[in-house]
Amino acid sequence: MKYIDEFRKKEPFKAILSKIKSLPPQTISLMEVCGTHTVSISKSGIRNLLPPNIRLISGPGCPVCVTSLEDVDRVIMLAAEGKIHSRYIIATFGDMMRVPGSHSSLLKEKAKGADIRVVYSPVDALSLARENPDKEVIFFAVGFETTSPTFAATILQAMKEGLDNFSIISNNKLIPPAMEALLNDENITIDGFICPGHVSAIIGTTPYQKIVTHYQRGCVISGFEPLDIIFSIYLLMHQKYSGTPKVEIEYSRVVRQEGNPKALKVLNQVYELSDAQWRGLGTIPKSGLGLKDECALYDATRKFDLPQPEVSEPQGCRCGEVLKGMTSPTECPLFATHCTPSTPVGACMVSSEGTCAAYYKYER
Amino acid sequence: MCVAIPLEVVETKDNLAKVSIGKTLREVRLDLMDEVKVGDFILVHAGFAIEKLDKEEAEKTLSLFKEVVDEIY
Amino acid sequence: MEKHILLAHGNGGILTSQLIENCFFPYFQDPLLTQLNDQAIIELDGYRIAFTTDSFVVDPLFFPGGDIGRLAVCGTVNDLAVGGATPLYLSIGFIIEENFTIEELKKIASSISTAAEEARIRIVTADTKVVEKGACDKVFINTSGIGIVKKGIDFSGHNAREGDKILLSGDIGDHGIAILSSREDIGFETSIKSDCAPLNLLVNDLLPHAHYIHSMRDLTRGGLATILNEIAIQSNRSITIYEDHIPLKEEVRGMCELLGLDPLYLANEGKLVAFVHSGSAEEILSLMKKNPLGKNARIIGEVVREPSKKVTMETQVGGSRLIEMLVGEELPRIC
Repeated sequence: MKYIDEFRKKEPFKAILSKIKSLPPQTISLMEVCGTHTVSISKSGIRNLLPPNIRLISGPGCPVCVTSLEDVDRVIMLAAEGKIHSRYIIATFGDMMRVPGSHSSLLKEKAKGADIRVVYSPVDALSLARENPDKEVIFFAVGFETTSPTFAATILQAMKEGLDNFSIISNNKLIPPAMEALLNDENITIDGFICPGHVSAIIGTTPYQKIVTHYQRGCVISGFEPLDIIFSIYLLMHQKYSGTPKVEIEYSRVVRQEGNPKALKVLNQVYELSDAQWRGLGTIPKSGLGLKDECALYDATRKFDLPQPEVSEPQGCRCGEVLKGMTSPTECPLFATHCTPSTPVGACMVSSEGTCAAYYKYER
Repeated sequence: MCVAIPLEVVETKDNLAKVSIGKTLREVRLDLMDEVKVGDFILVHAGFAIEKLDKEEAEKTLSLFKEVVDEIY
Repeated sequence: MEKHILLAHGNGGILTSQLIENCFFPYFQDPLLTQLNDQAIIELDGYRIAFTTDSFVVDPLFFPGGDIGRLAVCGTVNDLAVGGATPLYLSIGFIIEENFTIEELKKIASSISTAAEEARIRIVTADTKVVEKGACDKVFINTSGIGIVKKGIDFSGHNAREGDKILLSGDIGDHGIAILSSREDIGFETSIKSDCAPLNLLVNDLLPHAHYIHSMRDLTRGGLATILNEIAIQSNRSITIYEDHIPLKEEVRGMCELLGLDPLYLANEGKLVAFVHSGSAEEILSLMKKNPLGKNARIIGEVVREPSKKVTMETQVGGSRLIEMLVGEELPRIC
């Protein structure tokens, strides 16, 4: 496939790996923030090919994993309620179906008869709303800056059509505040960041400047193919050794300094900053997105009386530490024993991008 | 969190583009893009185009990789 | 163990195995059954009779490249064929939902007849039940198949040996993508058709070399990954495969990249893997390639000494990754 295969070739990969190995073997901890990077790294087996002085830590860039238990429970309860009066259709990305809540999951509720539909795009949920005028379609909106503009555009479309049976529960979050929160935690060592390529395609380089200027850590915006990742690792190491942290764009074929201004404009028409609850990281101020007052009709939290769940954290679950990169999955006592993909205890195991799921699936 | 791949635009009409993977076609929304033309490669995420692939930059990056290969081997 | 059945219990992956082990094995302990091959090979009066059963509940009923009828014939024939049997007789049982159209039923019947002729198998007994609206989803089909296995043929999963080469008969994932694309909520127009086909027409060409074929299985739900894991477990061996050896259509690959699916876990209905003696691998491969059902066949890996019963894959860039059994449903993801 064009623009994919060329970035998966063995010879350049080996050459860049050689170059990395020829650098002084100083210990360095690099965090790949984005869950898609974690999966790409695991799937191509990069971790085991790196020299032992380079530690790759998986970060909290898995929107499924960082959705708080309370937020997950709320949607599960909504789905269960919907089964009783048959007036709701819960729409969700496939990613959220198996996440365990305190007592159930969307998949389990679906098995019990709740009307839950997996969609590929938010606009597919709009189609559901059009086709089912007597029902309320409620979208469990989970995602970072790559996905939030797609929700914004969908809501603008709904407004244009005057659809009144569509709304979202916004669990949209932002990456740079989470990166800062990690750097403020003295228990975590991060020397540089492999920054998310598609989030950056939207937001550009400016949101990472503070990481460089205030925290003196390098940021390389990386593509997702093995060559992109290995080259980004090389660039970060080079930055560390030369003592010049900066924001570099490795993924220049997609990411521009200014990001995608149109997407940002659409985003700002619909969303505003809000505080957000991150599983494992707690509440991070101004790290989430909520709907503006003008879009209140499409905000399920204002439209409906949403249930207030009583959360019950799973015993022994160390997802929080894993999400911060403090613990590797293999260091969690539940990993691969009580907590497996078919019997997940925490979100890190059930999400296809969860660190624990990636390790379990590709790296044991 | 950002599964998106570059796909070739084979048709555009108003706010929509059709991208192809061989003979498979998917309709993609262009709400988040400025101009998109047939022959462009766009990154498709959740049914929307989120960016256009810069073919020149792609070649530049591949040349960078090639430089490393030449240096090492 | 779950208290209720989930959809994933039926997808051929790890939950299905758990269901069988926890729910059924305590009560069904016949040594032929517990071997867990796709067919039972029964010694009877000097003959070796292969016997298999299957049920078909696919949705949608009609998809690019086939329908539930064709699937029913080919699926059953294939379970017999990969046991080394010449498939001979089939039974068909229909469970039909009230209000299903006669026209569609005729289409299915016609498809069954065509597939049976293609597979050279006779349908000798059948049954029909009708249930109230809502009690089943349009049509369910149950089959049983009988065949004869000649002496000297034993393709059981237990027989894979260290050093065996693993041959895959062609492109994977076609059926899975064909089904996915005909579900409206995904919104793709694709030219990919199901690969649903009777594999006895391929296996026949390989039987003269049966001596060198140690194990054989057809790929179905759960994909290539699941079958390789099953054989690794049954034979107590480990397996290594090579990512750039795996035959895959560009379009299937593109759909997988776009939807975040892994082609190793997609369903197939006309492909098999054969574990063969390494010295005969090239020859058997070229026999496969001469047959229309095996034209894209490749050697994808080998059985290795490692006792861990793991399946690993060498990636395109030279790394190594584990290939697990399928866990839940392979759902499209955006994250």
